Amino acid sequence: MIADGVENEEKWLAAGIAGLQQNAFYMHRALDSNNLRDALKYSAQMLSELRTSKLSPHKYYELYMRAFDELRKLEMFFKEEARRGCSIIDLYELVQHAGNILPRLYLLCTVGSVYIKSKEAPAKDVLKDLVEMCRGIQHPVRGLFLRSYLSQVSRDKLPDIGSEYEGDADTVVDAVEFVLQNFTEMNKLWVRMQHQGPAREKEKREKERSELRDLVGKNLHVLSQIEGVDLDMYKDTVLPRVLEQVVNCKDEIAQFYLMDCIIQVFPDEYHLQTLEILLGACPQLQPSVDIKTVLSRLMERLSNYAASSAEVLPEFLQVEAFSKLNNAIGKVIEAQVDMPIFGAVTLYSSLLTFTLHVHPDRLDYADQVLGACVKKLSSKGKLDDSKATKQIVALLSAPLEKYNDIVTALKLSNYPRVMEYLDIETNKIMATVIIQSIMKNNTHISTADKVEALFELMTGLIKDLDGAEEEVDEDDFKEEQNSVARLIQMLYNDDQEEMFQIICTVKKHIMTGGPKRLPFTVPPLVFLSLKLVRRLQGSSQDQEENPFGDDSSTSPKKIFQLLNQTIEALSIVPAPELALRLYLQCAEAANDCDLEPVAYEFFTQAYILYEEEVSDSKAQVTALHLIIGTLQRMHVFGVENRDTLTHKATGYSAKLLKKPDQCRAVYGCAHLFWVDDQDNMKDGERVLICLKRALRIANAAQQMSNAARGNTGSVLLFVEILNKYLYFYEKGNPQITVAAIQSLIELITTEMQSDNSPPDPAADAFLASTLRYLQFQKQKGGAISEKYEAIKIWHSWWSEELDASNASSVLTPCVLVNDTVVIFTELHDLSV
Amino acid sequence: MDQNYLIGAFKPSCNISITFSDAKNRKQVPMKKENGQTLMVPLFHSQENIAGKISIEPLQGKKVDQVGVKVELLGQIEMYFDRGNFYDFASLVRELDVPGEIYERKTYPFEFSTVEMPYETYNGVNVRLRYVLKVTVTRAYAGSIIEYQDFVVSNYSPPPPINNSIKMEVGIEDCLHIEFEYNKSKYHLKDVIIGKIYFLLVRIKIKNMDIEIRRRESTGSGANTHVETETLAKFELMDGAPVRGESIPIRLFLSPYELTPTHRNINNKFSVKYYLNLVLVDEEDRRYFKQQEITIYRLQESS
Repeated sequence: MIADGVENEEKWLAAGIAGLQQNAFYMHRALDSNNLRDALKYSAQMLSELRTSKLSPHKYYELYMRAFDELRKLEMFFKEEARRGCSIIDLYELVQHAGNILPRLYLLCTVGSVYIKSKEAPAKDVLKDLVEMCRGIQHPVRGLFLRSYLSQVSRDKLPDIGSEYEGDADTVVDAVEFVLQNFTEMNKLWVRMQHQGPAREKEKREKERSELRDLVGKNLHVLSQIEGVDLDMYKDTVLPRVLEQVVNCKDEIAQFYLMDCIIQVFPDEYHLQTLEILLGACPQLQPSVDIKTVLSRLMERLSNYAASSAEVLPEFLQVEAFSKLNNAIGKVIEAQVDMPIFGAVTLYSSLLTFTLHVHPDRLDYADQVLGACVKKLSSKGKLDDSKATKQIVALLSAPLEKYNDIVTALKLSNYPRVMEYLDIETNKIMATVIIQSIMKNNTHISTADKVEALFELMTGLIKDLDGAEEEVDEDDFKEEQNSVARLIQMLYNDDQEEMFQIICTVKKHIMTGGPKRLPFTVPPLVFLSLKLVRRLQGSSQDQEENPFGDDSSTSPKKIFQLLNQTIEALSIVPAPELALRLYLQCAEAANDCDLEPVAYEFFTQAYILYEEEVSDSKAQVTALHLIIGTLQRMHVFGVENRDTLTHKATGYSAKLLKKPDQCRAVYGCAHLFWVDDQDNMKDGERVLICLKRALRIANAAQQMSNAARGNTGSVLLFVEILNKYLYFYEKGNPQITVAAIQSLIELITTEMQSDNSPPDPAADAFLASTLRYLQFQKQKGGAISEKYEAIKIWHSWWSEELDASNASSVLTPCVLVNDTVVIFTELHDLSV
Repeated sequence: MDQNYLIGAFKPSCNISITFSDAKNRKQVPMKKENGQTLMVPLFHSQENIAGKISIEPLQGKKVDQVGVKVELLGQIEMYFDRGNFYDFASLVRELDVPGEIYERKTYPFEFSTVEMPYETYNGVNVRLRYVLKVTVTRAYAGSIIEYQDFVVSNYSPPPPINNSIKMEVGIEDCLHIEFEYNKSKYHLKDVIIGKIYFLLVRIKIKNMDIEIRRRESTGSGANTHVETETLAKFELMDGAPVRGESIPIRLFLSPYELTPTHRNINNKFSVKYYLNLVLVDEEDRRYFKQQEITIYRLQESS
């Protein structure tokens, strides 16, 4: 049925156009032959097509536009006639002889426009007559189009200030009066549409009405374009009259649209100076009007206006814009009992944006707005309306965006109170927004109090809230926690005492985070603390008179105690590997502070974890290398402690599951006995023992492989051990002899040539690189070369190998550039 | 030859022509003849002198043997249901010649001075009021030769000293209340009717509103009265359904319509009255109307 309707409408439109064109054709002919009588007759017939009731506004518009074009030609003809001496007054009467009112009025407006142009009568009289006569069309659609035609043809003929139609008798007052009257009548017609026709077509009607609304709004636009409408006239005449119509029409659609129109078409400074009048109308609107959008747009405009130039700000203060808006919003919320909470929050959000723009210095205003919002929210409990929560997020984000500084926002006492009303999910989102703001602006949160407040705001991220439904997306969760971690890293205060307080505060909060969060939050806290430790260390070196250890001030010791507790907390997760790393990190820091007992304690904790918690063999290997690497660098330990720890480490090495792992761990342990820059830490003998042991294990590994798989496996381990030999040889370990090295090389080459070993390009390349390194050192000259000269290798053999290695060597650059050996580099990496 | 004879037999034996002495300057107005053709005839007003010449010209080689030549000025009322029967309300006679024979063209001047012509020429549906000059050449043995010359009479009225507006509230209870106002009750022929319609109560869906000018011509008297009503103008005033409180302007120019002055009582034979009829049509095409008499008069044109 609807499809039928559309089809029929198309047909009617086509018929209308055909009729119109036919009469237009005869009209043109009459115009060409200067036959006025026929021209009037056919133009009236042509315009009769507009009398149809069958078209929707959209289609009617199409027809109207065609008629409009034709009327332009007729108008030209009238002008010509007038020039030829035909009395325009007679013409004005003549067109009124038409029997049908609609064609008559279109013609009257057309002649009227020529009449004004001829200046034979004051413009105001003609305009007044036209706008009065148009009352004859009471049909909404036809009336709206006719009046919009009137508005169109009269636009450039208003007796505006500076216009050629302005005269002693014609003033801008008349122009305004005319437009206002046309506007009022059009609005009445527009509103009336709502009440005509069957109730079941309400939706269709509203759609049609919205298609027509711009015809009505155009009048306001015309008003805004009249030069002579200055502030006084706007304030005394235009605005009150328009608002009167808006309020009195009692129509939801019209009120919303027109309020919005007023806000959009008139200049900002007018709005500012007439805020009271404009806002006064708001509570009088129908309760169903979406007033929040209206007011939001007003405030948005004013905000932009305020932002546009600093010079206008005094105006805002002068008219007390904030308090007026604040009052108005209060009244509107009071008046519209049914306004959803979402609406109220939107209003507050706009008001907040406004006050932030206009009164950036008045934090109390912002807080007042938030306070009002809290008050409104408190009557509703926690929000479950997604639109409302979105608005609250907007509300809360506004101060952050404005001040680029959470610190300012933290001063708003009502800020966290608003957050309380958010659901958990949104609370998190908001917390993320806050963090992002901090990141973006590199804000320094520099006191413990602020940190406290900030973490209160971010509760949603810091701990599980009551009633939190689980099933959070893993990635989202990681994202959130990572941002918390980043935030922690950003906390900073020059004052060490305060910094310590900050750390304590953070610790207090993150400890409540539960096993899921701790792995994310503990490391940044640990490193934040370690940073402080280093600063203390630095400053204590500068100021000898304030040695740390003084109980009253922050000392590394205190921090280490705190760290100990912090890392311990990871045991509930559990995350032994992470904890182990952190312990080692702390141990190194303690080492730098010369706190042997503390360092020892950390190592102990690490060892305990290794023994009790780290069971996965891969994890064990990694952990062990970390331990070795860290321990190697420790200088704080006395002989006894070091021996204990070293002993333990070697012990662990030998107990690894896989032979190659054992082998590598053991040769790694060799470094524990040889610390380059410490002369008391050079025990060549034990180094050799380790290396020999490593060789033995490598050998055993080969045999095992032979037994299990039928080949001896790679010689890679041997090459690695060779590198260790070379390292220690180079470092001057007397226990490493040239003979041992040469025999090792020999062993390797023999192994490689044996049929029993599978080809291993990596091993080949590694060996080739090692040998090239040897060669390089020989040629470098100086003491090193002399040392290396002692090592003889068969030249022919390695040069051949070298060629082969050119094709596949990957490790070459590494070996050549560093003067350390490959494996050792790896150790460094792991211990960072 | 036979033909000539025949023609000669039916032809009047002379031509009579009537000319007015001020024919050149006198205004000519169109007049519809019975056969539908329009003829331009001179226009006179009451109390004017009607003068001219009548010439009688016998046909070639013939003479007119007359026993009297006269010219009459007749004011006649003709009822169409009583066709052919004229009632002469005015009759003036001038004898032009003594009996004798007319051999050649002969011209007689005539004059009716300050003729009282109280009624205007009128062409209605059932009645016609005409003025005519009738020339009769009476012959002794043959029938009289008669020639007519129509002329039109219209009479100006002074602007009425009292001309109240017409204002009235009408309606159907609880359904439609309107108040209308016409600026005058008496209009001249080129006048403009200005007015307003206020809608005081609207409970029906009105489609449009027209104003009509109706002419009510009543002829005869007593039981034989015939009343004929014609709608001379139909003028749309409003399109669409108004709501309470609306006021719709009226501006109706009378000049395009063929109106006559109101004739109250023409010699007890007929009267012509005019009415304004306000018609509202609802969406079911029901018509609601109110008729008001207006007086139309002929105003002396200023030019």
